[in-house]
Amino acid sequence: MKAVFVATVALGAVGAVFGVLGVLISGWERPPVDTKQVGFRGVGMEQVTNPREEAKLIAQDQLPEPQFPVDPGSEPASEVYQNVQVLGDLGVDEFIRLMAAITEWVSPEQGCAYCHSEDEEFSSDSLHTKVVARRMIEMTRHINANWQTHVGQTGVTCLSCHRGQPVPQNVWFTDHGPPQALGMAADRDGQNLAGAAVGSTSLPFDPFTPFLSNDGTIRVASTQALPAGSDRNIKQTESTYGLMIHMSEALGVNCTFCHNSRSFFDWEQSPPQRVTAWHGIRLARELNNEFLDPLTDVFPDNRLGPLGDVAKINCATCHNGASKPFLGISMLPDYPELRE
Amino acid sequence: MAEYQNIFTRIQVRAPAHAGVALPPGDSPRTSEPFFAYWLGRIGDAQIGPIYLGWLGTLSLLCGLIAFEIIGLNMWASVNWDPIEFVRQLPWLALEPPAPEYGITIPPMAEGGWWLMAGFFLTASVILWWFRMYRRALVLGMGTHVAWAFASAIWLFLVLGFIRPLLVGSWSEAVPFGIFPHLDWTAAFSIRYGNLFYNPFHMLSIVFLYGSTLLFAMHGATILAVSRLGGDREIEQIVDRGTASERAALFWRWTMGFNASMESIHRWAWWFAVLCPLTGGIGILLTGTAVDNWYLWAVDHGVAPSYPPAFEVSPDPAAAVGGSQ
Repeated sequence: MKAVFVATVALGAVGAVFGVLGVLISGWERPPVDTKQVGFRGVGMEQVTNPREEAKLIAQDQLPEPQFPVDPGSEPASEVYQNVQVLGDLGVDEFIRLMAAITEWVSPEQGCAYCHSEDEEFSSDSLHTKVVARRMIEMTRHINANWQTHVGQTGVTCLSCHRGQPVPQNVWFTDHGPPQALGMAADRDGQNLAGAAVGSTSLPFDPFTPFLSNDGTIRVASTQALPAGSDRNIKQTESTYGLMIHMSEALGVNCTFCHNSRSFFDWEQSPPQRVTAWHGIRLARELNNEFLDPLTDVFPDNRLGPLGDVAKINCATCHNGASKPFLGISMLPDYPELRE
Repeated sequence: MAEYQNIFTRIQVRAPAHAGVALPPGDSPRTSEPFFAYWLGRIGDAQIGPIYLGWLGTLSLLCGLIAFEIIGLNMWASVNWDPIEFVRQLPWLALEPPAPEYGITIPPMAEGGWWLMAGFFLTASVILWWFRMYRRALVLGMGTHVAWAFASAIWLFLVLGFIRPLLVGSWSEAVPFGIFPHLDWTAAFSIRYGNLFYNPFHMLSIVFLYGSTLLFAMHGATILAVSRLGGDREIEQIVDRGTASERAALFWRWTMGFNASMESIHRWAWWFAVLCPLTGGIGILLTGTAVDNWYLWAVDHGVAPSYPPAFEVSPDPAAAVGGSQ
């Protein structure tokens, strides 16, 4: 009887170890779990949230107080300061106010000296950070003016991505993974490792280069019931799946936020968020190719990735785990100069 | 009461080791000296060995070992021969099939050649083992039911890794050898082909899978419940009245009006188990060959219902800008 007891306990212990391992590996959240119906009744169209995680997100996504308003009617910054290439039309008070805001958003610890060398005139472009910052201001205006399909009237500011850090927390570099044996050994084909960018699955671990730099094929499901020559294959599907897992993690949502999961491809059944997300993919791709990639030579080597590419944008860069960054509250009424 | 619900065998009968019935001329002898293992006796027969290996068994094990080594060493190479990473990442590692551009040609070793070779040896190993089971059953004067049930599983294995890739003309459609990677493949397969849950043969396969577990639970529970009356000697009791066996039958007749017999319950279980991979294999075989999108197929054939949208749907934005992405 004692032996049986020992064996039962041993069996239970093994089970417990596997259970704990499962929790550790999968990143499961402990309950409670709330579900909210978002589609027709009884079809599993629902959003899953955890109130504890929600509370964390809300605490993290509080906007700072805006800078004190100033009189816009002062003389243009370009007439007071030298080398003001982008914000020259701003009144000098507005210009200083924006500079103070950017310091608070991007380099609160490093201060002005992060972009403006302490040993030189403020107009000097000697620091790469200033050259990058200028381009990023242009990028912010470009997003707010031309990408309302994705950012709506809410728009973005430097804070949307930077959140008090000179380099936003979520950026990506092209990733070929850790070294693998070469020669005759089988190539792992960019997948089959625990991929941090793809929710610790074995899916292709760099879902960004093919889709957020290059114009890779995302649509993989056949659009016809019977075979009609579709050349889409399963490996492409795995890449798309990786991108979708990134989007899901970056926004803190499950698949049904954008898709009717019985028919992922069908726009006629998809929640409207899918259209916003579709534009978001194109937005990230354009920003990476038009704004960030051309800055590669401006950055020092220690700011580049292992393959010498520039830090780039994905969904998490702005979203940081929330479907609406900063709870969807717009900062642009306080900083209308970023809308131009 | 509790003692009848124990998961371990309660009584171990020890007798001199039994070498088994005599083998026909031409068969190699059974090997290894039999011995008794107490803990294995807790979950089965305590006598271990002798074992019949024969040339089929030997070749099968050899082919299996080759496949295992090809897969394992390539997995290890994929983390640059780092032993710690090999252990850490093992569930994620895989030997990947060739890329689509190779079709069904033979690719270089590094780009799928090893996958083909591992598949060849694994298939050889499994089929040799099948012949071994078939032959051993005949030699013991048994039916070949076990071998045919195994054949059903081999059918699904071959459809996934060989027959279907041949039919669609691409090794890349086959399953990678890896723990998580083959699961990711499964999900991707369903997405590419428009949701496998609308595949009627997949539905049947699930019916037989879950049905098997249900039948297994019902039968196992029934026999354990009458083991205090000797019901575990079920076959001896089939023809007698008033036995534990009859009591078990009565239980089901009283609770649901119908009972399987001691023989037919095994037929139920065998067919459910066999039909699970059999129908599943048909479902996989039809995917990409006869049907390219199971959801749309199900809509065409009145399987998938439509229901009112609960939100405003927008047209495909790619259609609006004339792109395809």
